[in-house]
Amino acid sequence: MPKKKILNEIKLSFPSLSENERFSRLAVSGFASQLDPQVDEISDIKTAVSEAVTNSIVHAYKNEIGKIELVARIYEDNVIYIKIKDRGCGIPDIKKAMEPLFTTSPEEERAGLGFAVMESFMDKLKVLSKEGKGTSVIMTKKLRTKLEQ
Amino acid sequence: MGLKIYNEVEEKSKLTAFISGEIDHHTAKEIRKEIDINVQKLNPTDLYLDFSKVDFMDSSGIGLVMGRYKLQSERGGKVYIQNPPPLIKKVMLVAGINKLAKIVSIDVPLSQMQKAKECAENSDKPSIQVQSADIDVHRNDDDKNNEKTEEADKNAEEKNS
Repeated sequence: MPKKKILNEIKLSFPSLSENERFSRLAVSGFASQLDPQVDEISDIKTAVSEAVTNSIVHAYKNEIGKIELVARIYEDNVIYIKIKDRGCGIPDIKKAMEPLFTTSPEEERAGLGFAVMESFMDKLKVLSKEGKGTSVIMTKKLRTKLEQ
Repeated sequence: MGLKIYNEVEEKSKLTAFISGEIDHHTAKEIRKEIDINVQKLNPTDLYLDFSKVDFMDSSGIGLVMGRYKLQSERGGKVYIQNPPPLIKKVMLVAGINKLAKIVSIDVPLSQMQKAKECAENSDKPSIQVQSADIDVHRNDDDKNNEKTEEADKNAEEKNS
């Protein structure tokens, strides 16, 4: 991702239990707090993390409990990097999966907006996936510095 | 999680669900269940979902509104999104959910909030409160219970802060 110096990094690994949706977004929000972000920036980050982790729980590990790995980094210039990786079923057609309102779980009342929300709340979104191998979602966001606030 | 449902005495066809706490995939199921039970029981034309006490929501909340919209449409009813805080509204606008359910800002009288029947069992989970004319028929008993629950909530809040 960015060719900038990594200033801090955390790695988390947790099972794909829906209870961990809240835990993961709070963990990233706690980590990001050292950048002294604005309330709206923290909310954007929490929402994006929640979407990515929920995707792994609902889709990647649909009928099983698997491991989700989360890496969060702080790069120089106030950039936060978040990677959420699973070893679940993978996405056969990423382009289609990223289309707003596309969902494979309408009966679960999934809106099909996860990627759309991640895209709009973060600066950059990259999705890597291989069927049967898993999916990685990489997101970055540059936070406003105190001078810009 | 919290949910209160309110159905105004003079407007039996209006039901308001006061949702509180965080809405994600984990909590949406419970909220959805509580709202649907009350909608089925009270058969309102207008379903108001109050988001004023929601402090986090991802697209699961959009799914929740979309699902209720679908059910209300089938019954010939409408769904309104009431008083979403700015950060919750932002998620709704990104999703364009306002095309299905109108976002309205309504002054909710404190008495209405206080009368709302508490459905949640404890305060550390997001909950829903449902208030209705039908429930208000037994208001005397309910009010006593609500006062207790609200007092408990207050204590819990104070503890948390």
